[in-house]
Amino acid sequence: MADPELYPADAYHQHASLAVTERPLARAALMALAFAFLAIFLLLPLVVVFEQAFSRGIAPFLSAINDPDTIAAIRLTLLVAVISVPLNLVFGVAAAWAIAKFEFKGKAFLTTLIDLPFSVSPVISGLVYVLLFGASSLLGPWLKMHGIVILFAVPGIVLATVFVTFPFVARELIPLMQEQGTGDEEAALSLGANGWQTFWHVTLPNIKWGLLYGVLLCNARAMGEFGAVSVVSGHIRGLTNTMPLHVEILYNEYNAVAAFAVASVLAGLALVTLVLKTLLELRYGAEIAATRGH
Amino acid sequence: MEVRVSNVRKEFDRFPALRDVSLDIRSGELIALLGPSGSGKTTLLRLIAGLERPTRGTIFFGDEDASNRTIQQRNVGFVFQHYALFRHMTVADNIGFGLKVRPAAKRPTRAEIRARASELLDLVQLSGLEKRYPAQLSGGQRQRVALARAMAIEPKVLLLDEPFGALDAQVRRELRRWLREIHDATGHTTIFVTHDQEEALELADRVVVMSQGRIEQIGTADEVYDTPNSPFVYGFIGESSSLPVKVEDGQVWISDRPIGLSTPDLGDGEATLYFRPHDIELLDDCNGCIAGTLAASRRVAGTRRVELEIGGARERVEIELPVGHPAAQKSRVAFRPKRWKLFPKEG
Repeated sequence: MADPELYPADAYHQHASLAVTERPLARAALMALAFAFLAIFLLLPLVVVFEQAFSRGIAPFLSAINDPDTIAAIRLTLLVAVISVPLNLVFGVAAAWAIAKFEFKGKAFLTTLIDLPFSVSPVISGLVYVLLFGASSLLGPWLKMHGIVILFAVPGIVLATVFVTFPFVARELIPLMQEQGTGDEEAALSLGANGWQTFWHVTLPNIKWGLLYGVLLCNARAMGEFGAVSVVSGHIRGLTNTMPLHVEILYNEYNAVAAFAVASVLAGLALVTLVLKTLLELRYGAEIAATRGH
Repeated sequence: MEVRVSNVRKEFDRFPALRDVSLDIRSGELIALLGPSGSGKTTLLRLIAGLERPTRGTIFFGDEDASNRTIQQRNVGFVFQHYALFRHMTVADNIGFGLKVRPAAKRPTRAEIRARASELLDLVQLSGLEKRYPAQLSGGQRQRVALARAMAIEPKVLLLDEPFGALDAQVRRELRRWLREIHDATGHTTIFVTHDQEEALELADRVVVMSQGRIEQIGTADEVYDTPNSPFVYGFIGESSSLPVKVEDGQVWISDRPIGLSTPDLGDGEATLYFRPHDIELLDDCNGCIAGTLAASRRVAGTRRVELEIGGARERVEIELPVGHPAAQKSRVAFRPKRWKLFPKEG
């Protein structure tokens, strides 16, 4: 049976090309502008990072990477990402679920709260934790008495990272879930599924691509976060330095090759994330479009 | 399964969507909830399903109070307006979902679930489409899959929310006949919501006409169409014309003329006269009639619809004449409704 809904993309493109196309010159100018901007502000710096890292050949690069402090920084960065990304995955899904599917008092407030980490400077986020858990804070003496170390240690770094990267998953999911509404969930419940089955078999498959985007972005930021982590980490070499902090220290010590070597590894991790995302888009493009409903 | 709705009230943020609604549905009946948007018909359906909780009142399934049961416990088959098919599952998986999520003790084996899905696909005349995804189906096919999915759990009651709302006219008519056949074959108690009076009158054993959160009238298609019990039902179902009139000594008057209709039961005062445009007789000599000057005339399918201006206030009414009737050529037409009803003016 003929179904017009099967071919919306084609119809749309044909329509668009007739009605709202710029003249070739204008088109070329716009594209040139976009590419030039991207090249100068994004691509060039990235190239410079790698160029600097290998400026004295491969050996200094390798020795910079093999430095015990660098290895510790890489390990800490990955550890922080491994803890904070799953936490934000769970928190993000819960918050998006609550906002998109329920009506309750304080919903607008919660939505604003989710944006808070984006709207305040990461340095302030870090300072908040210092005020909260520092030696002279309210909680400080109690923590000290029980031998719990948060500041200038891994827990503090994780907390700061979780705070800063919280919005990525939630922000990605809220519009998606709002658009999908609660129809599918109601259908599943009416068929006898319990809450968990409904989430696992119906909600999760519907949001999986948006969720994946959110996680990738969250991960990229978790590995790259500087400001908040800088305040709470204490910069203890080999112990509480993440990769971005380590890069800064090396750079301030005029050790440009090592700084850029670590930076290139960090950039490499980010690039892997981006490549992963692009591959997924190529592989599952049609399915992503279908589950997003447009 | 009988369903009894007893004095149910439902408020959303203090706004009443249903005000004190009571309704008895017999086992095996096919019932239509008919009304304009905002009349509360979908709310009533969702309350019966258990998708909403009543603010007040009780809903019985058989003799049991089902008000506090969850939707899972009520075991109803619900077909959603936009079908709500799971887009990442095949047709067979969609239909089998309700069986797959049963607790282990009551869950059929995979082979049994697959067999049941095929069986239901046969019933809804979609055999062979097991492996398709919802996006690969037409609107009418999706509708059938949604119905098959709802029936897979062997529900006590089948509830359909605007089942044909999103389909084009041709498919609607086909599916309507087909739903009636399925209902007669399976004998489920079935309740469906619609704003399309033709659909309700043609399909349902009884029609529940709703307006502004209240039930206006419950009855068979004939009862609702031929003896509407309120101005709303008169206006909402079928074509109707109305005229402001006066009642004096059991006689109906328009301005200063009696129109030859008597109403012994109604007290004196102002009222509104309702009748069907086709349910009239034309008169030659006006000895107690409604007479008006012809204001407009247009052809509607097999008849001619004539608009008349009545009396000094130039109230307009419509009547229907056979095509080619000489009266349509005259400037003055006299008639009297054959079947009519008076409703006293409110307030």
